[in-house]
Amino acid sequence: MQPNGDDVARIRREIEALKDTKASIEHKIAVLEAQLQQHQSDDVCNGSCPPISAVDANLANGLSADSVYRYSRHLLLPSFGVEAQSNLLKSSILVVGAGGLGSPALLYLAACGVGRLGIVDHDMVELNNMHRQVIHTEAYIGQPKVKSAAAACCAINSTIQIVEHKEALRTSNALEILSQYDIIIDATDNAPSRYMISDCCVVLGKPLVSGAALGLEGQLTVYNYKGGPCYRCLFPTPPPTTACQRCSDSGVLGVVPGIIGCLQALEAIKIASAVGEPLSGRMLLFDALSARIRIVKIRGRSLQCEVCGENTTFNQQYFKDFDYEKFTQSPLSTSPPKLNLLAADSRITSKEYKERIANGEAHVLVDVRPEHHYRIVSIPNSLNIPLASLEARLPEVSSALKEEQEHNGTVSGANLYVICRRGNDSQRAVQCLHKMGFDLAKDIVGGLESWAHDVDPNFPMY
Amino acid sequence: MQLTLEFGGGLELLCESVKVHNVNIDLPKGADKLTMRYLLSWVRTDLIKERPEMFMKGESVRPGVLVLVNDCDWELTGQLDTTLEEKDVVVFISTLHGG
Ligand SMILES: [Zn+2]
Repeated sequence: MQPNGDDVARIRREIEALKDTKASIEHKIAVLEAQLQQHQSDDVCNGSCPPISAVDANLANGLSADSVYRYSRHLLLPSFGVEAQSNLLKSSILVVGAGGLGSPALLYLAACGVGRLGIVDHDMVELNNMHRQVIHTEAYIGQPKVKSAAAACCAINSTIQIVEHKEALRTSNALEILSQYDIIIDATDNAPSRYMISDCCVVLGKPLVSGAALGLEGQLTVYNYKGGPCYRCLFPTPPPTTACQRCSDSGVLGVVPGIIGCLQALEAIKIASAVGEPLSGRMLLFDALSARIRIVKIRGRSLQCEVCGENTTFNQQYFKDFDYEKFTQSPLSTSPPKLNLLAADSRITSKEYKERIANGEAHVLVDVRPEHHYRIVSIPNSLNIPLASLEARLPEVSSALKEEQEHNGTVSGANLYVICRRGNDSQRAVQCLHKMGFDLAKDIVGGLESWAHDVDPNFPMY
Repeated sequence: MQLTLEFGGGLELLCESVKVHNVNIDLPKGADKLTMRYLLSWVRTDLIKERPEMFMKGESVRPGVLVLVNDCDWELTGQLDTTLEEKDVVVFISTLHGG
């Protein structure tokens, strides 16, 4: 027997209600599991991990019997051996960012026996991090990344000291935090942080292992190492903000930052143990698609460098007062910008839009996201015209409006709404539409994000 | 003159997402050598399909772009005055910030 429309609606409602209950139970389980894990790791590590194991006078280089056994495969390496391992155990390394780069870097640094390992991050673990930030587990979703990363490091090696810095790195705290470590790893994801960390390393005289990844490419180099160049020697002027893409906008294949993060751990281990040739004055360029790694020679320290050059006046006080967000024209946090380009009467909320659909209003909804975004998910009956091609495809907008008007038989004409992912591009699109004579075009405030938040909680966000 | 030009770090998006370009460039009239200065203007007019401001600023590359001639930073070879030879490989790469 075919169920009728009422049955279908009832079943859907029931499924939705059960899904909600399921999600709430799963959340409770996750929180409890995380608490349990925290208790267990507290038992092992006693809050923070104990310092490096006690010196055993009978063993060379102060390695305890347990350390000899734990690191035996390092000790067996003729080019590494007891001395390098001992150096490592006495060293301290700070990883700024427990994300895609920081995850593998931290795992390897904890495992290899860095004496003191610091982690800086102010973010929480999110589901859309999991594909690349492999240090975190589902149980920690919604909890601080620093806490999650520290627990994972501790679970691998409870004999090292792990320090949690649950705060965003700023000019006000950077000197104090970085000065406690021998080597700094930049595993952040934005331009102002990269300038800030490099400048701070110059001021404090610390080597900096810098990695970056986006899409299917990665880059790696060591700055400020034994007279080598700093970040500003290479990039004295910040790039235009339009050239600074974020993983949250452009995407990134999870394993790519994984590879670069592993290489960052390797470079830090080499410096800490005083083994091999660090990647200073050279840069590694990784192209995952063509499976090519290119190592290029880069310029040395620039005498004209504003921060590390000959006549520099850049010091700790200068650093503290420097405005990195202004310098790079972009925010230190990774949260996307919220533009406000339009007058209030050219905008409607997602809830208002929902009401207008319900009232059967004649309208056309143009979705200006790139086509590959549109293919992930979209609002039914929307018309995809990416912002970049909007001007060229205005005739499509006109004919869609005309068709909608004829279809609905309205005299006043169909309304025109524009949506995008977060509500920035939709405003740019409406500005363009206004200029081209579509005076009544309105954007939907907050885009699909607000639609998912305020109207349809089951709408998939990405 | 036969050259291999490579674009990376997102710059390939300016030339139809093609990363490697094998090109044949005629020497400018009356000149006996090809410099990076000339190559940049050639790339701008003959290769870049969109948003040239994402590639160049003035007569040089925009901030945040590294130029490598045969795997060596062009700061070390003479920047705009670098002379190119047959079969040279020139890489333009935009610095990444993501992680
Ligand atoms: Zn410098």
